[in-house]
Amino acid sequence: MTEMRLLDGSEAIVEAALLAGARFFAGYPMAPATELLEHMAAKLPRVDGVCINADSELQAVNMALGAAQVGARAATGSCGQGLALMQEAIAEAALNETPLVIFNIARNQQDYFQATRGGGWGDYRTVTFAPKDLHEAVEHTHLAFHVADKYRVPVIFMADNLIARTQMGTALPVPELETLPPKDWALDGTMGGTGASRWIWTFGGGKANRPGVGPDGYWRQIADKFDRIAKAEARHEQGFCDDAECVVVAFGSGGKFVEHVVRELRAEGHKIGFFRPVTLWPFPSEALEAATENASNILVFELNAGQMIDDVRLAVEGRDRIKPIGGISFDDSGLNIGPLMDARVIRTRILDQLAGKPLTELPYTGMGAYL
Amino acid sequence: MRAIDTSLPPQRPATKTAEFKPSLLLKEDHHLCAGCGEPVAIRLILEVIEELELTQNNVCILGHGCYGSFIMLMDVDSTLCLHGRAPAVATGMKRMRPGVAIWTLQGDGDMTSEGLAEIMQTAARGEDVTCFMLNNGVFGDTGGQMTASSVIGQRTKNTIEGRDAGYHGNPIQLAEILSQMPGAGYVARGSVHNAASINATRKMIRKAFQRPMDGHGLALMEILTMCPTGWFVPPGEGAEYMMESLGKVYGLGELKDAGAASDDDSDD
Repeated sequence: MTEMRLLDGSEAIVEAALLAGARFFAGYPMAPATELLEHMAAKLPRVDGVCINADSELQAVNMALGAAQVGARAATGSCGQGLALMQEAIAEAALNETPLVIFNIARNQQDYFQATRGGGWGDYRTVTFAPKDLHEAVEHTHLAFHVADKYRVPVIFMADNLIARTQMGTALPVPELETLPPKDWALDGTMGGTGASRWIWTFGGGKANRPGVGPDGYWRQIADKFDRIAKAEARHEQGFCDDAECVVVAFGSGGKFVEHVVRELRAEGHKIGFFRPVTLWPFPSEALEAATENASNILVFELNAGQMIDDVRLAVEGRDRIKPIGGISFDDSGLNIGPLMDARVIRTRILDQLAGKPLTELPYTGMGAYL
Repeated sequence: MRAIDTSLPPQRPATKTAEFKPSLLLKEDHHLCAGCGEPVAIRLILEVIEELELTQNNVCILGHGCYGSFIMLMDVDSTLCLHGRAPAVATGMKRMRPGVAIWTLQGDGDMTSEGLAEIMQTAARGEDVTCFMLNNGVFGDTGGQMTASSVIGQRTKNTIEGRDAGYHGNPIQLAEILSQMPGAGYVARGSVHNAASINATRKMIRKAFQRPMDGHGLALMEILTMCPTGWFVPPGEGAEYMMESLGKVYGLGELKDAGAASDDDSDD
């Protein structure tokens, strides 16, 4: 499809998912991810797919797990609060090698630890794509399914309220990706009685006639796989970092705002650059280290109390160069981005830092709208 | 037939005279305790799968319990899923592979304690899947603790004086509940405590596979299984203990058969 359409992020993501071959979705409504479920429910049956209105997030993610285990491209989704309920199954998918896409239409950016550290059991990581806008969200939807299948891992797609509910024109381009081998591991039910029946199991026990390596060996193999993914799949975007004395690090929608502000400040003569992790895990540590080599200030803008800043500190030498300029920032509803996500505020915070001034605390938004 | 005298040791050693291993079992040995009813139930399931020619058209989803170790022993495409979630996993599988027999193997702890929402809501949706509950009234794998299906008065490791309705609550009679739901097409409760019950259960297991494959909705096949270790009784007394405790609460037989009118399973 090449014609441009005006779509909001939720619909664009769903259209991209269908173009990527997704045929199963199970979800449970929660703002601002609800529209994703609604579009899946409307559109999947048109391509002979299935969308199930699950009775809980636990069931939604396990349904998607089952659909993926028989070979379908399958996904579930919610916001970070819903993903909290799915953590056990996300870890399970990582440990039993089930390719699964989990859409997080986040309320803000307080899901960074959840996405990159995870709350499930075991030595696992989750590849996390964090698009900056609708166009990148379309691309990342394809990448999420691709990377999930390529490595047989769960992949988190972490957009936000702003992306999901902003309309933009898009032609829904389909990126060219390498062809992946057929899923001969999938449980299609055909191998019973052959002596070569398949198994999907976090213990790696295998079958009596073909014993597996067991939990110790299996979990080491899984850990090795995540090491390989860490080396191969880190993505980032950066600008003006070569001679930058100050580099501002931000992700997702926040990264797009920061990029805009940095371009303005550059035009005004400031030696400033921006760095945006496109994958939150793997975190592009080496690229960030190189990009900040000559910077005396590394400013971290994120809409939370300080989560990604840990990864910045792990990636670069010189802790005193790293300063937070973000913070918790919500509107009255508790769903939407608040006053910090404003180019003028970001600009002021950057300039204050460069001038050695303390950050200006913004007043609480208060509950005025509800009273 | 003359009864074998078991009061004395046999005068000649046991010899293997025939092969009784179901073809879908990779190995006869298992690690479950002496007197356990689960291997008997699983054997019946595997035999029926072969009889119904579903051998190369079925996927098993195992829950967490002693029976979980059978993932290694069954020559069936299988996954061992998270505790209680098997019917949800089965839902995703069945919707993407509607022609394949999808069946769960769960215990009473897995199904009525951890996974009550999953089985109830999968039945409510009328998914064409088969769900087996091996019911022994305890968490056997962890050593004999109370589940939602432990009966009043039953001694377990955490109801040491017996399950008390006022303190521990009442058992959930899942089959009776599901039999009221339109989406459940076949609901039955069998047992493996003697030869007659084993034969009757085998017939129910056939229908438990056939009804969902014929589009009648979810089949719940509950099977009472002995757990002498978890009940703290000698292996030889498991069957009697079971029918004196669980058997008094959980009546055997078919509770619902939406496909009875179209029944062509007349070989019995």
